Amino acid sequence: MSESEAADLEEFRKQTRAWLEANCPPEMRKPATSDADVFWGGRNAKFSSEPQRIWFERMRDKGWTVPDWPKEYGGGGLSAAEHKVLRAEMAKMGARPPLSSFGIWMLGPALLKYGNEAQKKEHLPNIAAGLIRWCQGYSEPNAGSDLASLQTRAESDGDDFVITGQKIWTSYANFADWIFCLVRTDPAAKKHDGISFILFDMTSKGVSTKPILLISGYSPFCETFFDGVRVPKSHVVGTVNRGWDVAKYLLQHERAMISGMGERGVGRPLGQIAADSVGSDAQGKLDDSMLRSQIASFDVDEAALAACAERAVDLAKAGQAHPAFSSAMKYYGTELNKRRYEILMSAGGVDALEWESERSKQGARPRAWLRTKANSIEGGTSEVMLGIVAKRILDLPGA
Amino acid sequence: MALVLTEEQSMLRDSARGLISDKAPVSHLRGLRDAKDPTGFSKELWQSFAEMGFAGLLVPEEFGGSGLGFVEAGVVMEEIGRTLMPSPFLATSVVAASALSRGGNAAQKSEYLPKISNGSLLATLAIDEGAKHRPLQTSLQAVRAGNGFRLSGAKALVVDGHVADLFIVAARTAGSAGEREGLTLFLVNPKAKGVAVERTIMVDAHNAARIEFANVDVNADSVLGEVDQGAGLLDGVLDIGRGAVASEMVGLSDEVFNRTVEYLKSRKQFGKLIGEFQALQHRAAQLYVDIEITRAATMKALQALDTDVAKAASAVAVAKARAGTTATRAVQEGVQMHGGMGMTDQFDIGFFMKRARVCEELLGDANYHTEQLARSRGY
Repeated sequence: MSESEAADLEEFRKQTRAWLEANCPPEMRKPATSDADVFWGGRNAKFSSEPQRIWFERMRDKGWTVPDWPKEYGGGGLSAAEHKVLRAEMAKMGARPPLSSFGIWMLGPALLKYGNEAQKKEHLPNIAAGLIRWCQGYSEPNAGSDLASLQTRAESDGDDFVITGQKIWTSYANFADWIFCLVRTDPAAKKHDGISFILFDMTSKGVSTKPILLISGYSPFCETFFDGVRVPKSHVVGTVNRGWDVAKYLLQHERAMISGMGERGVGRPLGQIAADSVGSDAQGKLDDSMLRSQIASFDVDEAALAACAERAVDLAKAGQAHPAFSSAMKYYGTELNKRRYEILMSAGGVDALEWESERSKQGARPRAWLRTKANSIEGGTSEVMLGIVAKRILDLPGA
Repeated sequence: MALVLTEEQSMLRDSARGLISDKAPVSHLRGLRDAKDPTGFSKELWQSFAEMGFAGLLVPEEFGGSGLGFVEAGVVMEEIGRTLMPSPFLATSVVAASALSRGGNAAQKSEYLPKISNGSLLATLAIDEGAKHRPLQTSLQAVRAGNGFRLSGAKALVVDGHVADLFIVAARTAGSAGEREGLTLFLVNPKAKGVAVERTIMVDAHNAARIEFANVDVNADSVLGEVDQGAGLLDGVLDIGRGAVASEMVGLSDEVFNRTVEYLKSRKQFGKLIGEFQALQHRAAQLYVDIEITRAATMKALQALDTDVAKAASAVAVAKARAGTTATRAVQEGVQMHGGMGMTDQFDIGFFMKRARVCEELLGDANYHTEQLARSRGY
């Protein structure tokens, strides 16, 4: 970076800090603690508070719901370096993301790379403005880790495809407005070669959803059924039968998103949370030396992973990133998040076992603990991630 | 600052790698060990290091050094780790040079730093006394005597102790073991009366010594920094050393890992390359992830030492703790996956295991640094 670029970036940092200070409501400067604290957008979106609305609208008007997307598609047009500065400044004041969305994290990057101009113009601004909420139609009952064996059919009929089949683990399908979906357009081709990536409205005739009750007692996922859903062929992203390329590219973004799901660096340190319930001795050390060791080891690994996540972004910016590195991060990040919640459960003891009470916020901790068990399954299991690292990064032999 | 090497740093890495892999592959260490070499490293190679500006890498330019930072020192240490080259770089150019640059007065700096830069002076920090690294437990006594001080006590694991021209000795001038107050650093001539040096041949065939100080008299000019207030200086210098050792361990881990992956791709059993077995693939993949995370944590620590002193201590604790567990795992997996060959002296992999064990003890092991992090976070 030249001196003048560095000076410009410093100026950007100053202005950004001042703008955030002036515009981020105090209520939005603490971590989200419940679903109501997260704004997902969409046709039926409701703000849970006035500060949430103000924060979202101010960020949207600056294009900062998607800071690094081009301005013409509703983004902020920031460079990678500026985006890093914005993220750092938001993290410094504890500012929440104004909008959470699979459109931002997953579909957007895929459309920017593979979409045609009409598709970009139609969908990206609606994602940026939080007008349309998306869901992901990937997994099927018989296509989980082996995703490419998916069987949902899309049969050609004039200018349309007619889609029939079933998806599963569709996150928030019951709240979504549109779906990005993998369908089989050529049943005769080899399994990776007959798949297309297609977009359609969840209110289309023939679409239905059914929430799945999980061990956490919540239903973040659905079964999604397609019974002769008619979708124009112009809704295919990329080339027909080459949808696997789009799917893989999108999965890299999904894995990067999931690896960042832990609450790294926000909220109170684990050691202090544990001290509340376990107590401390006269020197201020946790009154459970084995738990203390576990927490300290966790803290070391968490801090190291945070450095690695930062480096992954810097490597990508420098054009030195391995495309499969998100699999490595996904593996480690999700396993670490599970460890975090095992420690939290142990630290909470009996108090962390209550499932239904005001005192426990309706069992927030045990439910969150159980939710984390999905982290190392969704978006590709830890075992699949390790297989990808072994084959694509280490180039080890075998299928 | 981005957590990737700049172009200049990549060039530095390439030139360090070129020299080290050419002149000091693992066979160089093996040769020194087998010959029971009295110096324990190659003086000729050290001269090359000086000529390339590595010996004075951290020394300010006004004292003949290169005036570079800790990220650059880490780059060189990582390359040293790849071939296990025995070198005065850690003790002299990183730890002692930092202590003198930070704590030295004008006279001390102009006397010693130019000689470090041109490769003519070897120096080392004598800190540990017991079996484990516990800087605040320092109990080597320095009592005022005449115009100066009289030192008595013993030090262990003094790197390059038997070849050094200058000792930087951590001593207690007040208080008792365990206290921060009352620590003082002294510059001591190894030839001074009352100094007894015993070279200790270590498991890794790198230089170390035990040193006894029996009523060694030093004058008041020998104090480095301030009397009784040495803990602050020592903290900073030790953290620099820890960051450097963590880098060596990253290089060492990465090299063991690369050799192991190559072995998985060439060794056949049951009619297959053993790298086809999923049990080994997954373990290799886990180790890769561990190494990459540790590499990032170490870069983060070195950058913090360069630019963000307030965050450096915890970043260094994270890096050295991670480097310890990662290197320990890397060398164990390395030996295990090489099977019986990994157990032979003829095969290099054992050298890495031995060096990793010593690096783990140098300047605090993973347990020590994990404990430091817990304390700094207040639980």
